[in-house]
Amino acid sequence: MSNASTNQETVHKVSFLDRESLHIPILKILQADGTPYEQAVLPQIDEALAQRIYDACVFTRVLDERMLGAQRQGRISFYMTCTGEEAAILGSVAALDEKDVILAQYREHAALRYRGFTTEQFMNQMFSNEKDLGKGRQMPIHYGTAALHYQTISSPLGTQIPQATGVGYSLKMKGERNVAICYFGEGAASEGDFHAGMNMAAVLKSPVIFFCRNNGYAISTPTEEQFAGNGIASRGVGYGMHTIRVDGNDMLAVLAATQQARAYALEHNAPVLIEAMTYRLGAHSTSDDPSGYRSKEEEAKWREHDPVKRFKLWMINKGWLAEANDEALYERYREEVLAAVKVAEKIPAPRIDEIIEDVYDEPTPLLKKQLESLKAHVKKYPQAYPKTAGRL
Amino acid sequence: MAEMNMLQAINSALRIAMEKDPTMLVFGEDVGHFGGVFRATSGLQDTFGRGRCFNTPLTEQGIAGFANGLASNGTTAVAEIQFADYIFPAFDQIVNESAKFRYRSGNEFNVGGLVYRTPYGGGIAGGHYHSQSPEAYFTQTPGLKVVVPRNAHQAKGLLLASIRDKNPVVFFEPKRLYRASVGEVPEGDYELPLGKAEVVKEGKDITLLAWGAQMEIVEKAAEMAEKEGISCEIIDLRTLSPWDVDTVAESVKKTGRLLINHEAPLTGGFAGEIAATIQEECFLYLESPIARVCGLDTPYPLIHEKEYMPDALKTFEAIKASVNF
Ligand SMILES: Cc1ncc(C[n+]2csc(CCOP(=O)(O)OP(=O)(O)O)c2C)c(N)n1
Repeated sequence: MSNASTNQETVHKVSFLDRESLHIPILKILQADGTPYEQAVLPQIDEALAQRIYDACVFTRVLDERMLGAQRQGRISFYMTCTGEEAAILGSVAALDEKDVILAQYREHAALRYRGFTTEQFMNQMFSNEKDLGKGRQMPIHYGTAALHYQTISSPLGTQIPQATGVGYSLKMKGERNVAICYFGEGAASEGDFHAGMNMAAVLKSPVIFFCRNNGYAISTPTEEQFAGNGIASRGVGYGMHTIRVDGNDMLAVLAATQQARAYALEHNAPVLIEAMTYRLGAHSTSDDPSGYRSKEEEAKWREHDPVKRFKLWMINKGWLAEANDEALYERYREEVLAAVKVAEKIPAPRIDEIIEDVYDEPTPLLKKQLESLKAHVKKYPQAYPKTAGRL
Repeated sequence: MAEMNMLQAINSALRIAMEKDPTMLVFGEDVGHFGGVFRATSGLQDTFGRGRCFNTPLTEQGIAGFANGLASNGTTAVAEIQFADYIFPAFDQIVNESAKFRYRSGNEFNVGGLVYRTPYGGGIAGGHYHSQSPEAYFTQTPGLKVVVPRNAHQAKGLLLASIRDKNPVVFFEPKRLYRASVGEVPEGDYELPLGKAEVVKEGKDITLLAWGAQMEIVEKAAEMAEKEGISCEIIDLRTLSPWDVDTVAESVKKTGRLLINHEAPLTGGFAGEIAATIQEECFLYLESPIARVCGLDTPYPLIHEKEYMPDALKTFEAIKASVNF
């Protein structure tokens, strides 16, 4: 619709629109007891897919619980969980093709697991050892792997959003039948990059799925202090984008919405916005204490909406899961994670030479000189640089 | 006087400034009820209300633009950027707008009464994006003042002076000292002058110049050097823009040697600017080349943080090399 459009409704006295003018329904498929709503149209899902999703759910729960513990014991410096948001992340990634490019924020490791990132790979990154694909340069949880089409996490918020628009456009121009998916929080949706990225995607027609995890908080800031509009979904409509709001704790609702979003994005070469309404059950990160800004009652209320439990009940109802097997799965992953921790923490740090690699494609002469004098210095004072001195 | 850590000193400065200047507002990501992720603003919302100390949406660009608007209209604005690494989305508003409001309008408008407070620096296992020292990006911008305190006492006095200065100030807080640096701090109001370096310790063989968290490092290196009979004069630059050429030049004329230490990468770092100026001012007095002990020309690495840092040992070696040149 251009500004010159003639078929616009006209009125002859002042009347404003407000946030309620936009009725944005919320898609729900599963009820709390794991049975679908009567009218619900289920997504495409068979037992194998459900098993794969559920497996990643359990792994992620275990990983989050164990790594929180490892952080408290001082074995790793930092951690972030996605507890409570598993359905948003796994329901969406399960709707994708393996080659669809993921640009995540930092709380989407469940998607990486779903794609096949191994327990060892998670550990190598968190322990910054020499097997870490990121060469020990970034804080724990900043994963990334080209093999699984998962771009490496960057901490500055929102930067991945216009990048996703570019990735989608690149896929389109190369004629690949793939989309980009971009995850971000409702907090990050306040950044300038969000607005730039959304607008460009809509105008340039880039096949991207913008996936907002609206989990109620950005560190301590609740949504009421983050935006005054009708959530993030209203902005999708504002930018001229196909938009849907889903129950982010409902695996099947997220899966259904994302399957259709993907089909639409490919067919029309256009972006889609999904706003998943969920809740960050844990702390923001291990550096945060949520008791300073929200009540235990509020958290307890949301625990009743546990997305993993709801999906599990559905699977049990379908006869695809037995309670006894479930316990065994948790146990198996607990052992696997603990064993991997023990291995990863013994693997040495990357060699000092790697410090100047990847700044450019080739180290510059000045960088080489800096490395040489650094090595000479470390040799002189080996006890002061224990991580590298033994491996010059 | 009271014992305070740097966060308490900053909090005390903000509180005093807000009491005395009823127009003053404090805002940024998580600074409201929560008191900021480092708790520098804790309790301010309780005392001054949500109208004067509040959370903003998560947008540094917005925070800086909003601050410019406030200050251009006569409201004192103290904006927190949660980490200096995240100041870059606000870069345009700071370097093109805050810095040039006065100049471009012939002083019809200005944004004096605007401070950007932001935690900077490494040594906290923060990796790429929680450790940078971006001061040099700002020192190249005419119209901005750039201030970096080294301890609690300095932080309070310099912050109060920054808030009351008639120019926009970028105030970098060394976050690894936030809780670590504890000292005597007057409870009342006091200011320390902007644009003035401080001679922290007198000496005769070499001048060691640093600012912020690196002051601790050069002090340690000086102790090591003294054991070998080298007498070090130590200067805290405190304000990087405008910087106090006279105090530094005077010291170098006396000692004949200068070593500058900063955490930011060597290339394009502020040490280069200082070295060029001091070389001009003190050419005939210099007994060795001006030494720079700085971060490597790489992004800030997590696992090799220790190796990357311009630490006391590297500084000590450079002192010896300078003296034995
Ligand atoms: C540009 C930028 N500013 C600030 C931060 C610090 N920070 C990290 S996470 C976060 C909150 C993000 O909230 P949201 O986007 O809602 O995601 P959630 O953590 O809730 O999943 C903030 C302020 C950052 N990483 N980048």
